[in-house]
Amino acid sequence: MPRKTLEIPLSVEHLSILDEKGKVDKNLEPKIPKDRLLRLHRMMKQGRAFDQRMLSLQRQGRIGTFPPVSGQEASQLGIVAAMDPEDWMVPAFREMTAELWRGRSMESILISANGFNEGADAEDGEGPATDFPVSVPVGSQMLHAVGIAWGIQYRKSDRVVATFFGDGATSEGDFHEAMNFAGVWRLPVLFVCQNNQWAISIPRKDQTRSETLAQKAIAYGFPGIQVDGNDVLAVYAAAVEAVDRARKGEGPTLIECVTYRMSVHTTADDPKRYRTDEEVDAWKKKDPVERFEKYLLSKKHLTKKKIASLEEDIEGEIKEAVKRAEEKMGTIGDPLEMFDHLYAELSPRLKQQRDALERELSELQEDSNHG
Amino acid sequence: MAKMTMVQALNLALRQEMERDDRVIVLGEDVGVDGGVFRITDGLHEAFGRQRVLDTPLAEAGIVGMSVGMAAYGLRPVCEIQFSGFIYQAFHQIENHAARLRWRSRGRFTVPMVLRAPYGGGVRALEHHSESREAYWAHTPGLKMVMPSGPRNARALLVSAIRDPDPVIFYEAKALYRAYREEVPEDEETLPIGESQIVREGDDVTMISYGAMVRPTLEAAEDLSQSDGIEAEVVDLLTLSPLDDEKFSRSVKKTGHAVIVHEAPGSFGPGAEILSRLAEKSFFYLEEPVLRITGFDIVIPLFAREKAYIPDARRIAHQTRKMMKRG
Repeated sequence: MPRKTLEIPLSVEHLSILDEKGKVDKNLEPKIPKDRLLRLHRMMKQGRAFDQRMLSLQRQGRIGTFPPVSGQEASQLGIVAAMDPEDWMVPAFREMTAELWRGRSMESILISANGFNEGADAEDGEGPATDFPVSVPVGSQMLHAVGIAWGIQYRKSDRVVATFFGDGATSEGDFHEAMNFAGVWRLPVLFVCQNNQWAISIPRKDQTRSETLAQKAIAYGFPGIQVDGNDVLAVYAAAVEAVDRARKGEGPTLIECVTYRMSVHTTADDPKRYRTDEEVDAWKKKDPVERFEKYLLSKKHLTKKKIASLEEDIEGEIKEAVKRAEEKMGTIGDPLEMFDHLYAELSPRLKQQRDALERELSELQEDSNHG
Repeated sequence: MAKMTMVQALNLALRQEMERDDRVIVLGEDVGVDGGVFRITDGLHEAFGRQRVLDTPLAEAGIVGMSVGMAAYGLRPVCEIQFSGFIYQAFHQIENHAARLRWRSRGRFTVPMVLRAPYGGGVRALEHHSESREAYWAHTPGLKMVMPSGPRNARALLVSAIRDPDPVIFYEAKALYRAYREEVPEDEETLPIGESQIVREGDDVTMISYGAMVRPTLEAAEDLSQSDGIEAEVVDLLTLSPLDDEKFSRSVKKTGHAVIVHEAPGSFGPGAEILSRLAEKSFFYLEEPVLRITGFDIVIPLFAREKAYIPDARRIAHQTRKMMKRG
């Protein structure tokens, strides 16, 4: 038999709608109602301002280590804006703006960032019932999205699942297993890769020889698209298509959002060890928030004055959230509660351990009272 | 009551739970059309269809990670890892997620899944098909670790595991799959997870075991009784985590002698924890140091030598007899 070339789909689209100067491609501009555009803008501003406030709180020792989100707001908000609240979100650990959009409160994020499990509590229906908590081991959460999507398909529901991960995660086995499983059963999943160029110190080019990350979908038999991840209109447009495909039972989509982590990996990281200021400055010119703001100004949806007053409102809300979080943290922290929520019911051994700790703590307290 | 092998008894448990609850989904490699390489899921595919008995691509992390998502969605996945020697490709999904999602989400999401896997030697299999690494899972907070010892308790425990609100690792001794038949009632039967059973009464020595080692331990107990008049009390743990330490501690208070038998390597193995509980609860009643008869701290040999590795009735009786003669 001779050698021959097999025809398989080998192209990947790149989508960009709003350029760096805020100029829109009229032919591609998605029709988004004004109130939704303004909400997107507000969440972008809030995400950015809250991120910066958290950074300063961390530097003051008022919260622990956290992974800043600055630069990736459009990649996250463009996706969740295309979903219904009843759809499912399975985040990694740097999706704070997406979580805010979906209804997680700033105080719960602060409480988590202070090492209290209570940050994961859903506050009186405010927390989204279909959103997974953050997942730290890279790429591992993608398979949970697959399991949820399988359940959705089994129950003949029209919900979809979006799972977030980064460029580094595409090297993990779980990424490939999740993509493969979702492809086999045509599951309603949006695989959202935030290619922020850096996996701590490893640049995107050293992560994989592939030209794009989006093309990895081809091997699993479903579409992948690369979008300008700092262009919220492009991310939104790609997400709308992917959600539509998923709801119609046409299966998963991989969306590669090309973006940039403008800040540190986590507050324990020093990016000066591995990347240049020139690179960071070049990406600052592509800032997703400024770009979107220019677009809204040109559409006359916003004025400079409105932006200033919005910024003031957000500052006030953040201040309130920090206050509420600090008040709440003053009322929690009973060490005995560390035994909670591991099992539906504590085993006799665990009860013994908890009781022994309780006794010991009170004995130690007595010792120090007498000392 | 019908006499069943452990394979048939496990199949009965799955079939009845699937009939009872449409949230129960069986998934894994070759569990569908093929009925599983050990035929545990035989006939389920025909009875319930491919949506309830799901043949997955060949990826262990995928199977377990997906099960976590299914469970959180509100299903009751029962996944099979074809041999426990391949479970390590899913280790992170078990440790990082199955065991912790309830904790991480403060009870908002739970993981009522069962992970079934055949373990242990004795069937002349290839490398990676004969290990006993139950200690990993017994050591992991957030999991339950169940190890039945025969057809009837395997069926009853599997039903309980499927109905349990938390993730259960369910290790099935492949040496027992077709070793013998036992009466198994057609009517529903469950056993509480976390409770051991005294399967032979005696006043002279307490023998503690689980899984495939219960049979040779009982055989050794009979031998000791007949040839030496030593009456052993045998405790079948059934669950390793949470460990029921009441029954064996009480038994040792009566007998003053303890023997622990397992197939897993001794160092840091389940026997080490059992011995530690005995030291806490029955120390002053012990007349002799506790004897552990276990696998050696080596990789289980390929099958030409596995008989010399796995404790059998003769070795168990021999070592117990020596201990009892010293006393």
